Amino acid sequence: MNNVFQIAYWIPLLPLIGFLINGLGRKQLSKSLIGIIGSGVVLGAFALSIAVFLQVKSGNTAALHYFDFIKVGNLSIPFEFKIDQLTSLFLLIITGVGFLIHVYSTAYMHEEKTEHFGRYFAYLNLFIFSMLLLVLGGNFVVMFIGWEGVGLCSYLLIGFWFKNQEYNKAANKAFIMNRIGDLAFLIALFWMAAKLDSVSFDTVFSQASLAKLSSLDITVITLLLFVGATGKSAQIPLFTWLPDAMAGPTPVSALIHAATMVTAGIYMIARSNALYSLAHLTNDVIMYIGLATAILAATIALKQNDIKKVLAYSTVSQLGFMFLALGTGAYTAAVFHVMTHAFFKALMFLGSGSVIHAMGGEQDIRKMGGLGKKLKWTFFTFGVGCVAIAGIPPFSGFFSKDAILLSAFQKNPALYVVALFAALLTAFYMFRLLFITFTGKFRGSHEQEHHLHESPPAMLLPLIILAVLSIVGGLVGIPDVIMHGGDKLGAFLSPVIPVHEGHHVEASTEYMLMGISTGLVLVMIIAAMYIYKNFTPTETKGFGKVLENKWYVDELYDRVIVKPLHWFAGFLNNIFERVIIDGLVNGVGKLVNYGGRQMRLLQSGQTGTYVLLMVVSMVIIFALQFFLRKG
Amino acid sequence: MPINLYILLAVVLFCIGVVGVLTRRNAIIIFMCIELMLNAVNLLLVAFSKMHNYAMMKEGIATGGSDGQLFVFFIMVVAAAEVSVGLAIIVMMYRNVHSVDINFLNRLKH
Repeated sequence: MNNVFQIAYWIPLLPLIGFLINGLGRKQLSKSLIGIIGSGVVLGAFALSIAVFLQVKSGNTAALHYFDFIKVGNLSIPFEFKIDQLTSLFLLIITGVGFLIHVYSTAYMHEEKTEHFGRYFAYLNLFIFSMLLLVLGGNFVVMFIGWEGVGLCSYLLIGFWFKNQEYNKAANKAFIMNRIGDLAFLIALFWMAAKLDSVSFDTVFSQASLAKLSSLDITVITLLLFVGATGKSAQIPLFTWLPDAMAGPTPVSALIHAATMVTAGIYMIARSNALYSLAHLTNDVIMYIGLATAILAATIALKQNDIKKVLAYSTVSQLGFMFLALGTGAYTAAVFHVMTHAFFKALMFLGSGSVIHAMGGEQDIRKMGGLGKKLKWTFFTFGVGCVAIAGIPPFSGFFSKDAILLSAFQKNPALYVVALFAALLTAFYMFRLLFITFTGKFRGSHEQEHHLHESPPAMLLPLIILAVLSIVGGLVGIPDVIMHGGDKLGAFLSPVIPVHEGHHVEASTEYMLMGISTGLVLVMIIAAMYIYKNFTPTETKGFGKVLENKWYVDELYDRVIVKPLHWFAGFLNNIFERVIIDGLVNGVGKLVNYGGRQMRLLQSGQTGTYVLLMVVSMVIIFALQFFLRKG
Repeated sequence: MPINLYILLAVVLFCIGVVGVLTRRNAIIIFMCIELMLNAVNLLLVAFSKMHNYAMMKEGIATGGSDGQLFVFFIMVVAAAEVSVGLAIIVMMYRNVHSVDINFLNRLKH
């Protein structure tokens, strides 16, 4: 056992301490102190994560057993951590990107009152803590604690400005949608515990226990876990909460979309790859759901006018890509895309925060335009993010997206075509956003134009760091055809995720696929530039209207689920509660009352009556005794 | 004398007592009727006891089955004590309401 692993529990503990200090002292501490504590604990966790990563990289992994958490009969669930290649990678993403977002927040949230500023950082720390617990957990129960924790924190942060009723609704939506997924996760957990008497990763994924499970068990467990992942990672049908999660402060969106929360589902499935590689039906389901989500969200993003909504649907679409990769068995590609996506999506969200900050809270891109001249750094970094997500080599998005597209091609060329279509849409809507926002003429009010200013260094620095990461982040996963042994990430993760064996693809084919995707993406970018460079807002008609209204999915859910549920609740309230339950309870009372009033008449006060009654009753009892006697 | 006659007498006495209790309103008469019922039962006890005694004597046990007769003496003693208490209550009642009519005793109702 190595020293670094012995203090590994400080990684989640530090943010927890930060949460406690900031949460309890939010009225006493000053803003700068809160900012320093909030960011400092995450920086500490990041430093420890680097140490752990280096240790893991040299080949050591650890299973840390802290105490018995639940011990009932045969079932024993310890509180344990498991630190291996996958965990250490996620630790770096969470704490690293999380730290940058914390630093950014100190400037972005500076207008808030001290009390709310402290509350904000407390939630942020708790969020990081939950996510760290999720990836560190050595069994499904510890993972579930973190899983629930991020759900709670997302609720708290989305509803951060709780005085706005709409925001509260968005927070509720996120929480309830997540609960649906969590329930499925929980059932899968119980199923596992019932069949295997254990929920530890090491036990569950061992050959012996996998052999104990019938194929039905595996299919059901994996499907239920996947339903849990659809809730957390915003896939069809539980994706509508993520775009509404824009109600929270912008850095929170960056945190939810990049470092924490939505990656939980990907992590969980990548972690359970031993189970999933045995469940072919589930894999197909994941693949098609991922693909459908990627397309659906990408089409919606084409017509959104809220800068954060475009990014949100882009996240949903990119998550769809990751699930597509998981479904085709390319777990490494999915994890790779999580990493690169964390860089450029955090970058773009923070960039959009910088834009919103400059615009004085305006989020509608139709009222922006020409911001590139005033916000040079924001424009530049945002542009880097767009290029990265579009997939132009050698930016990070190219490598990870290419890995996913390749895995789709290996599975089925038709899949590749559809996935490529979604990727092209991605390039198109991202550059539409870029051009509408940063080029052309300014379309806002004069006051806003006067107000325009570049953001302070605390906001720009994270942007620049993330931009650099977005450029070079992909170089850890260069495909073998370009550079032999370039796929360092795949090699690093190979102890956790066995190397994916797909149909072998000729090097020339692979080059051709890369060429096609890059070329078409460039065409899309030029098209977007041509259409949106000098954008003037016009009324959308026809099909565009459907896209603008998000395929009416929210309306559909409202009709099919929410309204009937309300109706049913109304029925229960008005009919069942008022008539049946109240009737029963009141009826009992009334009966006793009535009975008492009737019985009262017997008590006449006349001794003679009492005696008579006594005698009559005795005679009756004797008579009954006499006639009903047995034998 | 056959036992039937004793039983018949006891039943008659008991019924007189019951009817008296039910129909009369004077507390003293009701009291006497209750005594009548009590003694009807005493009579039955003695009669059955004697019958039992005869049966045992035929088997050579001279004093067998005579417990009932002894028992009756105890009952009479207890009844005497109870009568004194009852009469005292009736006297108190008379002092309070100047009547021994039980229909005046309906205060418990209110």
